[in-house]
Amino acid sequence: MNPDTFDPNFKIPAPERIGDERGSLTRLVQEMVFTVDHKRLGLMYIGSGLLFFVIAGIMAAMIRIQLAVPRNDFLEPDVFNRLFTMHGTAMVFLVGMPIIFGFANYLVPLMIGARDMAFPRLNAFGFWVFFFSGLLLYFSYLGAPGLYAAGSAPDVGWFAYSPLTAKAFSRGHSTDYWTLSLLMGGIGSLVTSINIIVTTLCLRCKGMILGRMPLFVWLFLVVAFLVIIAIPPLSACQIMLILDRYFGAKFFDTQAGGSAVLWQHFFWIFGHPEVYILILPGFAIASEVIPVFSRKPIFGYPVMVAASVMIAFISLGVWAHHMFSVGMTSIGNTFFAISTLLVAIPTGIKIFNWIGTMYGGKLRFELPMLFCIGFLFQFLIAGLTGVMLAIAPFDWQLTDSYFVVAHFHYVLIGGLLFTIFAGIYYWYPKALGKMPDFRLGLCHFILFTVGFHITFFPQHIAGFLGMPRRIYTYDTGRGWDAWNLISTIGVIFQAAGILFFVVNLIYSYIWGKKAGDDPWDAWSLEWSTTSPPPAYNFETIPEVRSRRPLWDLKHPDDPDWKYE
Amino acid sequence: MSTAAPSTDWKLPSTRKVAVISLILTESALFTIFLVAYLFYMGKSLNPPYPAQVLEFPLLATIALLSSSITIVLSERALHAGKKGAFHLWWAITIALGAYFLWFTAMEWKHLIFEKDLTLATNVFGTTFFSLVGLHASHVIIGLFLLTLVLVLSLLGKVPADHTEHLEMISWYWHFVDVIWIVVVTVVYIISTRIT
Amino acid sequence: MSRKKISPLSGGSDTRGEVDIFRVIAGAVRKGGSLVLAWVLAAPAPAQSTDGGIMRPVADMFQPLSRPAEMIHESAVLVLMITAAIFVVVTAMLVFVVWKFRRKGPEDDMEEPPQIYGSTHIELAWTVIPILITFVLILVTSRTIGEIQNAKMPEDALKIRLVGHQWWWEVHYPDLGIITANEIHVPVSTRTGKPRPTEIILESADVIHSFWVPQLAGKTDMVPNKRNRTWIEPFATGTFFGNCAEYCGTQHANMLLRVIVEEPADFDKWVANMKRAPGVPTEGMAAQGHRDFYGNSCVSCHRVDGTVAEGVFGPDLTKLMTRQTIGAGVAPLTPENLRTWVRDPQSLKTGCLMPDMKLLDSEVDSITAYLLTLK
Repeated sequence: MNPDTFDPNFKIPAPERIGDERGSLTRLVQEMVFTVDHKRLGLMYIGSGLLFFVIAGIMAAMIRIQLAVPRNDFLEPDVFNRLFTMHGTAMVFLVGMPIIFGFANYLVPLMIGARDMAFPRLNAFGFWVFFFSGLLLYFSYLGAPGLYAAGSAPDVGWFAYSPLTAKAFSRGHSTDYWTLSLLMGGIGSLVTSINIIVTTLCLRCKGMILGRMPLFVWLFLVVAFLVIIAIPPLSACQIMLILDRYFGAKFFDTQAGGSAVLWQHFFWIFGHPEVYILILPGFAIASEVIPVFSRKPIFGYPVMVAASVMIAFISLGVWAHHMFSVGMTSIGNTFFAISTLLVAIPTGIKIFNWIGTMYGGKLRFELPMLFCIGFLFQFLIAGLTGVMLAIAPFDWQLTDSYFVVAHFHYVLIGGLLFTIFAGIYYWYPKALGKMPDFRLGLCHFILFTVGFHITFFPQHIAGFLGMPRRIYTYDTGRGWDAWNLISTIGVIFQAAGILFFVVNLIYSYIWGKKAGDDPWDAWSLEWSTTSPPPAYNFETIPEVRSRRPLWDLKHPDDPDWKYE
Repeated sequence: MSTAAPSTDWKLPSTRKVAVISLILTESALFTIFLVAYLFYMGKSLNPPYPAQVLEFPLLATIALLSSSITIVLSERALHAGKKGAFHLWWAITIALGAYFLWFTAMEWKHLIFEKDLTLATNVFGTTFFSLVGLHASHVIIGLFLLTLVLVLSLLGKVPADHTEHLEMISWYWHFVDVIWIVVVTVVYIISTRIT
Repeated sequence: MSRKKISPLSGGSDTRGEVDIFRVIAGAVRKGGSLVLAWVLAAPAPAQSTDGGIMRPVADMFQPLSRPAEMIHESAVLVLMITAAIFVVVTAMLVFVVWKFRRKGPEDDMEEPPQIYGSTHIELAWTVIPILITFVLILVTSRTIGEIQNAKMPEDALKIRLVGHQWWWEVHYPDLGIITANEIHVPVSTRTGKPRPTEIILESADVIHSFWVPQLAGKTDMVPNKRNRTWIEPFATGTFFGNCAEYCGTQHANMLLRVIVEEPADFDKWVANMKRAPGVPTEGMAAQGHRDFYGNSCVSCHRVDGTVAEGVFGPDLTKLMTRQTIGAGVAPLTPENLRTWVRDPQSLKTGCLMPDMKLLDSEVDSITAYLLTLK
């Protein structure tokens, strides 16, 4: 799909061999393996992300079953420890990252009026590296038997603090699967992000100056920059760990003068920006959905851009707030508490601007909008619990407790996953040409929202009552029983919600109404082409004069560019 | 691949340049971590050998590597001036200087490993020294591979005339490897040998 | 809880002249906050027990009974109140906007609402407000961090060295020459007389662990090759419950810690008993157990003061029977549980580092009988 050699009269050659007919399974697999089309790769990213989401979600359900009652013997301790390690690693690296890259792949070229990403083959490479890194991680369940009682999947937690990962404490090969998988996935993320940066900066259509790019594109530009700065520390960590485990290096060998805290610094220099890498795409989707369903432009576009850049910038200097209890000096703790609190300012501005966008509009409560309103409410809670965690003394109580578990699930589910659902429902008609079913989607929304709060709100309180995270069991009488039971009950609702979601995706694809080019009456460029878009995206490359090119087209009497 | 610009007054940066700048940014982040590890463990080895005992300033190698940055610029100038022969000559000298640097590193490592008993597993100095210098050397190897590939293809006449920007990107990468060496040599051979 | 208290950590009696605005705010919101939290948390009342005083299994960080947990609680309640206020205001804005500007019917689809692109004044307003709130929080935080981390201990403060192991706690009283495990005894302090804080040095023998007894103090990690420090100054007696708070491997969940806070007289009694060397049983099952204990490899890992048992890999057993639990809190220390543990620790604590010693039934009985004499 080289944009240079695009020929509108080009016809796909007729199948030559039996089994090559369009629509057959072998043909589908062949197309997926050989494709370099950004839209197909985008859907493959999102599809495989959702697949891993279901697997890691089932793991989470098993964790909740084990914790439903005190001294439960549903799972062995080692099995439980593997589950939370794999759940966390998979949700961050195999669910969050690919789904956001999927959205970027599918939408960034369409939104800036380009025919593909800048480097389509590199794009395909990025996808396959990610996909096989996921398979490698899960293959550990089969491929890492290791020594007696020390094998199978990694059980060191998703941030794998040294020296628990040293050969002495993590025998067998499970940790190596984790390390190599993350190293590999990191390469995939890097090339994809470089591709996003180059595409955004170099392939914009005429008139699409930076100040007219949709906020979605802006936020993904910021995310891509964060990825290329934050992933190398993670890769460096993994390289050091491999050197330690196999070549006797002393990076994290506390017996030889190595430091266990160094791993934490290096990991969180990656790990905290990673949180923003995951949540900024949520902001990106909300910043597209909320204006369209409020029928108003985004409130304060320049401020939104500035706030995003500021969040990304500050996020590079806050990593040690994950380490308040590690024994830093009071000056270090104070510095990182202050830098962390500063994040609250641009984040607050963003929430106000979204509400400002809705103010004075005519809100249409379609599925994407419902999920975005849920996002606003839940992200507010997540932000405020984040403020509590930023207060270093309070954090000495809260860190590594169930309060933290509740906090980051409010960020990643209440914030990111809700906007991912919003994004999937919003662009489903564009990608597949059919409207998602509203009733099924409503059931999904209600069940999942209710289940989410039932599961994760009580965990705040369990944390207040001193329940540490990552324990496979607990004694009765410590005040945790009820909160854990409620938490587990919520899983049923969430699972039912996800079921409706999956059914909706399939049902609407087969029986859904035809969508047409622009079902939501939206304003960005992707809605100007057909649904689904042709391989070349646009028959003629568009030219834009404002931030809302389709508004200008629909309202020639009152176009946006008069006011910019 | 050109930018999909329908008319002339719409200028966008070159995809190659943006990509290579991004790559250099991400590589810098990687080097930063290994540099920080080296600085963090400076003077924290529990057992000898220590930097001051075994490291000697690699004067010739440094001169070779830094001058290769000059020769590659001369090579590019020759190309722009249309002097194919001078381009090949300077390009080959660049490769030779890079290869000398690599050979020097190999000899230094041989000396350290077999005569000074310093390996990756000896102490935290050995760990951070070999990983940092090794990371840089691996980038020199990649650079040399690219440079040699270009020379061979060019001598075979397989480099199209409009690919000067591709060659410029390789030279950017080579300059980056040089700049990294200046930082590494300062930290490893100048600063850390003064701290016991 | 009055603010007028004498503390060794703020340099004598608290008689600062200037009005302390943060203390005033904190004091005002604390009452209201505590009421709300008491309702939300609704923790069961502590139960009375015979040996460990009042048992306090519910480690509620909003019912602190010691400094520095109280100091943390103070800033925590202030932050909770501020965030609760923000939550109420922003949620109200959101609900109002969603309700007021909803699409009312098909007639709303005929015309687009007025297109507003932004407003410098409004945006300035909602930039300044978060900045001010953040500024207040920064001041509170910096102050509390300093007060807790830089607190000066009195010369004669009780010192404890706590070493984390996979998955138990080694407890040293360096000044008293006592070594024990999994349970810490400290004297209760007082707000009126001479304070008795306890300084705790935290180390680790293997991986990272974390000391956390929520009603006494926040977490401080126990990091190998790093010496951390924390302190407690409890104002109430009883047995306080804590957990290892940093994931440390298979049995992280059963790495439980108890802190037994006693009246000074009781603490002194406990010290005196701990210092008395254990007797050697001369007859019966216990004497046989004594021989079996020293004839097997128990002594490679365990220590009994004054004997050849000088192992350092497992918990000290010198005064085993003075403890409340076995296996770092996995089960109450009863003769039956002790026997189960001696026969096969893996049946009580799967994956723990003490192997099944494959003892004969008679050896299990005799060694259990011997261990029961260690008190």
